[in-house]
Amino acid sequence: MSARRFSLCVNGVERFVDVPPMARLLDVLRHELGLTGTKEGCGEGECGSCSVLMNGELVNSCLVPIAQAGGASILTIEGVGEQARLHPVQKAFLECGGAQCGICTPGMILATVHLLGKHPRPTQEEIHEGLNGNLCRCTGYMRIFEAVEKAACAMESGAME
Amino acid sequence: MRSYPADYELITPGNLDAVLRLLSDEPGRWTAIAGGTEIMVLFGAGKLSARKLVSISPLSELREIFEDEDWISIGSGCSFTQIRRHAGVQRHFPLLAKCASWTGSIANQNRGTIGGNLANASPAADSSPALLAYAAEIELISARGTRRIPYEQFHLGYKKIALAADELIRAVYLRKCPADSFCYARKVGTRNAQAISKICVAATGKLHQGRVEEIRIGMGSVAPAPLHLVGTERVLLGAALNDATIAEARKALLSEVAPIDDIRSTASYRKLIAGNLLEELLREFAAWGDRK
Repeated sequence: MSARRFSLCVNGVERFVDVPPMARLLDVLRHELGLTGTKEGCGEGECGSCSVLMNGELVNSCLVPIAQAGGASILTIEGVGEQARLHPVQKAFLECGGAQCGICTPGMILATVHLLGKHPRPTQEEIHEGLNGNLCRCTGYMRIFEAVEKAACAMESGAME
Repeated sequence: MRSYPADYELITPGNLDAVLRLLSDEPGRWTAIAGGTEIMVLFGAGKLSARKLVSISPLSELREIFEDEDWISIGSGCSFTQIRRHAGVQRHFPLLAKCASWTGSIANQNRGTIGGNLANASPAADSSPALLAYAAEIELISARGTRRIPYEQFHLGYKKIALAADELIRAVYLRKCPADSFCYARKVGTRNAQAISKICVAATGKLHQGRVEEIRIGMGSVAPAPLHLVGTERVLLGAALNDATIAEARKALLSEVAPIDDIRSTASYRKLIAGNLLEELLREFAAWGDRK
């Protein structure tokens, strides 16, 4: 099937792409829109490296055909924070050493943003569950869990200011 | 990525009638795709043989959960997140809420649907044992009309289901059981999170004066399709839950399961664990009866 035009709102900006409807959201983000922060790990929905938020929900972008993302709002790592003004979750990952090689990190950050949106003060169990679809082969997870707790505290005190 | 997207068609009709018309005009030529958590895996691996796909994920007709006094109906397009968070499901069908929470990661629960899980017909599907334990019914729809069948008649063999080429799964129906029923579910996998089951079991039951008055047990990954343990239940009905009954139930169980060796486990391990889980569930059932 030849290319069709799809519109989607990526990081707050409306974008148009001309791709076949089965093109994966992951490839559209990386190859059509140049948003290479979203990584491909396993390509089968197991590792979470390609996690993005679609209409506020965490999804694996390798499993979303673009035709099902038409009209959707997508948040990628590029839209979470800026170099000069990091999101509290990004700051916490930096401060706690929650990132090493960096391949899982964008997905971890998106999964954490999603988790803290649902559970602003998550329990350990909620943290483990919220990140259980995001695999990290470097950190052993402990520093990531610490980062999530730290981000939750920072965001809560930020919200009270 | 081992597929070439332009080789595939994917269309998105706006409503259920249009999808049913398409399936009826060209039966067998179109494959429905909902959340894509199965189909897109095959696609990425270069193993998706269906070339013409019709997206049913935007169909609002399939995405609602309705509750009345006696029943809850779950649209086939409901995600596992929607199911596990629904207050009525949590209250009346806790086993289904639990099984939904075991189905993949949060991201996959956000996309994966109960209809897709059933149509995919894996013997390891986590929602199947709970649906068997609750004696669920399943509604199928086509341009010809709708029909409703017991869920246990839906699976005909390995990856074979009672779904005609022009049909879609419309909804799953669950009849509310009395609030004082016993229920049990457990999944055994390689890791706690996001593993496909080596074995999964769910059961509901009632006791009367220390004897089993009702029991329904569903088990996954022990046969070519999700299995309702009818023979084991027959041994248990009317019996007191003592060591002798449990031993006899274990024997009956082993005569009706037929697990295989595969990448996730072995037949002999599955048989052992199936027996152990049955024993655990019966001991918890007895303890539950004693507490009442």
